Amino acid sequence: MNNSLLIGLIPLLPLLGFLLTGVGRNHLSKGLTSVIACGTIFASFVISLLMFNQVRTSGGIDVSYFSFINIESFKLAFEFKIDQLTSLFLLVITGIGFLIHVYSTSYMHEEKGNDFAKYFSYLNLFVFSMLLLVMGGNFVIMFIGWEGVGLCSYLLIGFWYKNQDYTAAAKKAFVMNRIGDMGFLLALFWLIAKVGSVNFNVVFSADSLALLSTTDITGITLLLFLGAAGKSAQLPLFTWLPDAMAGPTPVSALIHAATMVTAGIYMIARSNVLFSSAPITMQVILIIGTATMLIAASIALKQNDIKKVLAYSTVSQLGYMFIALGVGAYTAAVFHVITHAFFKALLFLGSGSVIHAMGGEQDMRNMGGLKKYMGITHITMLIGCLAIAGMPPFAGFFSKDEILAHTFASQPLFWALGVLGAMMTAFYMFRLYAMTFHGSFRGTEEQKSHLHESPAAITLPLVILALLSVIGGFMGIPEIFAHGSHLLANFLAPVFAPSTAILSPHPISHNTEYIIMSVSVLLALAAIIFAWSKYKNWQKSQDAEPTGFAKVLANKWYIDELYQSVIINPINSIAKFFNNIIENKGIDGIVNGIGSLVHYGSRQLRWLQSGQVGAYILFIVLGTLLFFIIQLFL
Amino acid sequence: MLGTYFTFPELLLWLPLVAGILAFFLKNARAVKTWSLIFALIVVAVSAIGFCYADFAKYPSYNQVSYYWLKHIGNSFHLKLDKTGHLMSLLTSLGFLFIFIYSWKDDKKRPNFFYGMMLLAQAGIMGVFSAVDALAFYFFWELALIPVYFLCSTYGGEKRIKATFKFFVYTFAGSLLMLAGILYIYYHTPGRGFDDGTQALHSFALKAFEATNLSSAEQGCLFWLFFVAFAIKMPIFPFHTWQPDTYDQSDTSVTMVLSALMVKMGLFGVIRWVLPILPEASAAYADIAISLCVIGIVYASLIALRQDNLKKLLAYSSIAHIGLIAAALFAANELSTKGAIIQMFNHGINIIGLWIIVGIIEKKTGTKKISELGGLATKAPALTIFMIIIGMANIALPLTNAFIGEFMMFGGLFQYSKIFTVFAILGIILAAAYTLNMIRNVFYGEVKPSLSGVTDIALHEKFVLGIIVVIIFCLGVYPQPLLDFITNAPVTP
Repeated sequence: MNNSLLIGLIPLLPLLGFLLTGVGRNHLSKGLTSVIACGTIFASFVISLLMFNQVRTSGGIDVSYFSFINIESFKLAFEFKIDQLTSLFLLVITGIGFLIHVYSTSYMHEEKGNDFAKYFSYLNLFVFSMLLLVMGGNFVIMFIGWEGVGLCSYLLIGFWYKNQDYTAAAKKAFVMNRIGDMGFLLALFWLIAKVGSVNFNVVFSADSLALLSTTDITGITLLLFLGAAGKSAQLPLFTWLPDAMAGPTPVSALIHAATMVTAGIYMIARSNVLFSSAPITMQVILIIGTATMLIAASIALKQNDIKKVLAYSTVSQLGYMFIALGVGAYTAAVFHVITHAFFKALLFLGSGSVIHAMGGEQDMRNMGGLKKYMGITHITMLIGCLAIAGMPPFAGFFSKDEILAHTFASQPLFWALGVLGAMMTAFYMFRLYAMTFHGSFRGTEEQKSHLHESPAAITLPLVILALLSVIGGFMGIPEIFAHGSHLLANFLAPVFAPSTAILSPHPISHNTEYIIMSVSVLLALAAIIFAWSKYKNWQKSQDAEPTGFAKVLANKWYIDELYQSVIINPINSIAKFFNNIIENKGIDGIVNGIGSLVHYGSRQLRWLQSGQVGAYILFIVLGTLLFFIIQLFL
Repeated sequence: MLGTYFTFPELLLWLPLVAGILAFFLKNARAVKTWSLIFALIVVAVSAIGFCYADFAKYPSYNQVSYYWLKHIGNSFHLKLDKTGHLMSLLTSLGFLFIFIYSWKDDKKRPNFFYGMMLLAQAGIMGVFSAVDALAFYFFWELALIPVYFLCSTYGGEKRIKATFKFFVYTFAGSLLMLAGILYIYYHTPGRGFDDGTQALHSFALKAFEATNLSSAEQGCLFWLFFVAFAIKMPIFPFHTWQPDTYDQSDTSVTMVLSALMVKMGLFGVIRWVLPILPEASAAYADIAISLCVIGIVYASLIALRQDNLKKLLAYSSIAHIGLIAAALFAANELSTKGAIIQMFNHGINIIGLWIIVGIIEKKTGTKKISELGGLATKAPALTIFMIIIGMANIALPLTNAFIGEFMMFGGLFQYSKIFTVFAILGIILAAAYTLNMIRNVFYGEVKPSLSGVTDIALHEKFVLGIIVVIIFCLGVYPQPLLDFITNAPVTP
C-alpha cells in the first residue's frame, strides 16, 4: 500500500466509525457499536505506529490529495504533512484515544442504545477532527480540524442535553473558542495578504519570512496566540474549560485534558519559526502562561468538586506548556504535552472510576477512605498524583524540570513563579488524593453499600496509563544524567532546528541545574507533606465557609462575574438599545415618519380637490386676490 | 436543436412563465401541486444541463438570445447567461424545487393562485439573471416583484398587509431611483443600428452602457441611485427595515423566495450593472459602501441576539450574511469576488434549509416564539440533527459550504482593508452566539408540556433537508469544481 493512501486512512477510519455508529445508532447493538468505535481508532493507532517508524527512519512525508481552493491569486490544496512532531501527536491521539474509547464502553453502558451510539459517533468524529488538526499540511486544514474539535467538544459537553446548565457550558465553550478562532483566521488572512500562501513549507521558508516585516510577524503571531489561548484555555479565555466538565468524564479526559486543549501548543510548536522571530510575542506568551498557571493553580486549591480540581489543574499545566513556548523551549513544551496526556488522562479516568463507584457524586467532601474499596483505582491515581507533582522518577518530573530549567536560563523570575506553581500543584493534588482515598467515608449509607472497584474495561486503561506515567519521562532524560539520552529532543530536532538557529539558547551549568532541580523537588515534597498532614483525616466538621482570600479563590477570583458585568451585560445592553431604540424608533421611525409625512401632506392637499364647485370658486378668488396683493407690493 | 430553436435563458424563462399561467386554471389542489413540482423539476434539469454548456466561448448560441422589442428606442429583448447567471439560475430552480417539496402537505387556500404566482415569480427572477438589456432588466426586476407582492399580501400573518405595503413602497422607491439612473445612462450611450436597418439614437444594451464615458461626478450620482435600489433589495443597513417585518409576516414559502433568491437580485445587480458600468465610482465609494455593510453585519448580529421570534432572528442573521457578501463584492479583488459569488449560491441553499426548519417548527408547534419552545430534541431528533448541521453551516464551520465562501470573502476583504475585516469578523462570533442560543432554547432542555404532542419530521421534509445537507457537505469538502466553473465569471464576455 502506498503512503498517501495509508496516511489518508489514519483520519478516514475514525470518520468511517463516526458515520457507521451515527447512521446506525438506532439499529446497532451496544457491543457492535463498541467494536466499531474502538476498532477504527485502534486501526488508526496501528497505522500511526507504522508512520512513526517510517518518519523515524526516513524523515517526514508530505502528501497532497486534491485542490481545495485554487484560483489565480491563491492556491490551497488538501494536504497532509507527517513529520516528527505530527507523528508523535498521532500516537498520543490515537493511543490515548483508543484507551478512552475502551474505558467509555463501560462508563457509558447505562445510556440508552441510541444515546450510547451517539456518544461514540461524536467521540470518533472528535478523533477524526483532531487528526486533521495535527496532520494538516497548511493552516487551513489545521483550522478545519481546529473548528471540528470545537464542534465535537460542544456536542459532547452538551451530551446530556436535557440539563440546561450543561448546554450553557457547551455554548460557552464554543463561543469563547470562536473568539480565539477569530484571531486564528485574521492571522491566516494576514499571511495570505503578505505571503500569498498558508502552506507550512512555504510560510516557514526563509523566502517568505523575508517578505514579512517585524510588525507583520508580531501581529500574525499575536493573533495566532489568541487562537491558541482560546483552544488551550489561557487567560483571558480559560473560563470555558472548568465549565466543560459538564460532559461525561471520559470526554474530559480525552478532549479537555489529553488532546484538544493541547492544540494551541501544537500550533505554536508547528509555527515555531514565526514565533522565534517575534520576541514581543514570546514575552507575551511567557507572561500569559505564567499568570494562567498561577491563577488556575490557586483556584484549584479551594475546589471541592473532584473534576473541577482536575480542570483547573489542566489549565494550570497548559500554562506551564506556554511558559516553555514563551522561552523558546519547544521540545520541553511538547514533552510536557505528552507526559501530561498520560497522567492527566489517568487522573480524569481515575476520578471517573471514583464518580462511577459513588453513583455520580463529585464532591470530595462526601468521599474519603475509598482505597479500601478501590485498590487499582487508588494505586493508579496515586501514581498520577506523584507524576503531576513532579516527583522523580515519574513522567511529570522530567518534563516539568526541563521547562523550569529553560525558564531559569532565560528569565529566573519566571522560574521562581514556576516553582511556586509546582508547589501549589503538589498541594492540591494530594489534597484531592487524601480527601478521596484516605480518612473515613463521609457519603451516605446507600453510597457506601454500592462502593466497588470498576470493571476491567475501566481499570485496564488506568493501569496502562499509570505505567506510561511511570516510564513516560524516560524519553527525555536530561543531559546531566546521561549524555545524548534525550531521545525526544533528538527526534524532534529537525522540526525545531530553524528556531534553535534563531534563538541560540545558552544552556546552564550542570551544577546550577542540579540545584534548581533539587529546590523544586524538595519544595513540592514539602507541599505534599503539608497537604497530607492537613487532609489525611479530614472531617466534614472541618468544612467551613471560606473567608477572606480563601473565599476569592473558592469563587474563582470572580472572573466569570467580571466577564458577565464587563463584557456580556454591556453587549446585551447595546443589543437591546439597538433593537428597541435605534432599530424600532430610530431607523424605522424615520422611515415611517417619511411615510406619515407624505400621508399628512397628501391629506392636506386633498381638500384642494374636494370636487365642490364652491371651494374651487373660493380658491380662484383667493388666488386672484393674492396675485393682486403681490403685484401691489412689488 | 438546442441553440437553433431554444436557448437556456429562454427555456428558463418560458417554462415557469407558461407553467405559472396554466397553473391558475387548475382547480384541484393535488393537481396544481403535482403540476408545479413537475415543472420545478424540469427547470432544475434544464438549468443543470445548462451548467454543462455554460462556457460562452464554446456554446455562444446556447446561452444567448435576442428579439426585437422596442427597437426604435434602441432596446432589444436580449437575454444572455454568463457563469454567474447560470449559477444563480441553478440556485433559483433548486430553490423553487425545495420550496414546492417543503409545501407539499400544506393546506393553502386557493392553491392555484399560490403556485401560479410562485412560478411567475420564478420566471421574473430568471429574467433578472439573464437580461443584458437595461430595459429588459428593469422589466424583469418589476415582474419578479409583482407576484411576490400578491403572495405576501394574501398568505401569512395577521399584519401582512401593513408589512407588504412597507415592502412595496420601499422597493418601489428603489426601483424608481434605478430607473432614473438607467435613463440617465441611456441618454449618454451611442446610437444603435439593427439588422433591419432601424437606427436608434441611443441604446439600452449592457455593452453600450459599459461603453459610456461618464465623468466622475456623473458616475458618483449614478452609483448612489443604483446602490440604493440594490441596497434596499439585499438589504443593506440602513435600508433594511422592511425586511424583518416582511419575512416575519409572509408565509414561510414566500419568505424563502425573498431571502434566498430575490436578495440575490440585488447582489447580482451590483455585479452586472454597477461594477462594470460605473468602475470609477465603485472604487471611489467602495469605502462608504463597505462601511455600511460592515456596520450592518455587527448591528444586525447584535439585534439577532435579542430576538425571541425565530423568523425575525433569521431575518437579522440574513442581513449580516448578505452584508458580508456585498462588502466582498465592493472590495473587488479576485479572492473576495469569487468568494462572494459562491457564497451567493451557498447562502441561498443554507437559508432555505433554515427557513424549512423554522417553518416546520411553526407548523408543528403553532408558535415561532423561542420562549414558548424547548426540548424539541427529545421529540424530534431528526429535525434536531438537521438543525445542528445547517446551523453549523450558517456559522460557517469548516467542511460546510459557507466556510469556503466566508473564508475567501474575509481573505479578500482583508487585502482591501484590515480594519473593516476586524469589525466584519466579529460577526462570526456573534453568529455563533445567536445560533447556538437558539438551538439551546428551542431544542435542548426538558420538553415543554405544551409541546408534548410534537412529532418528528415527515419523509418529504427529511428528503428536502437531506438534499440540502448533501449540497452543504459536497461544496464544503470539494469546492474546486465550482470555483473552476466561475473562473472569469464576474467579467461578462
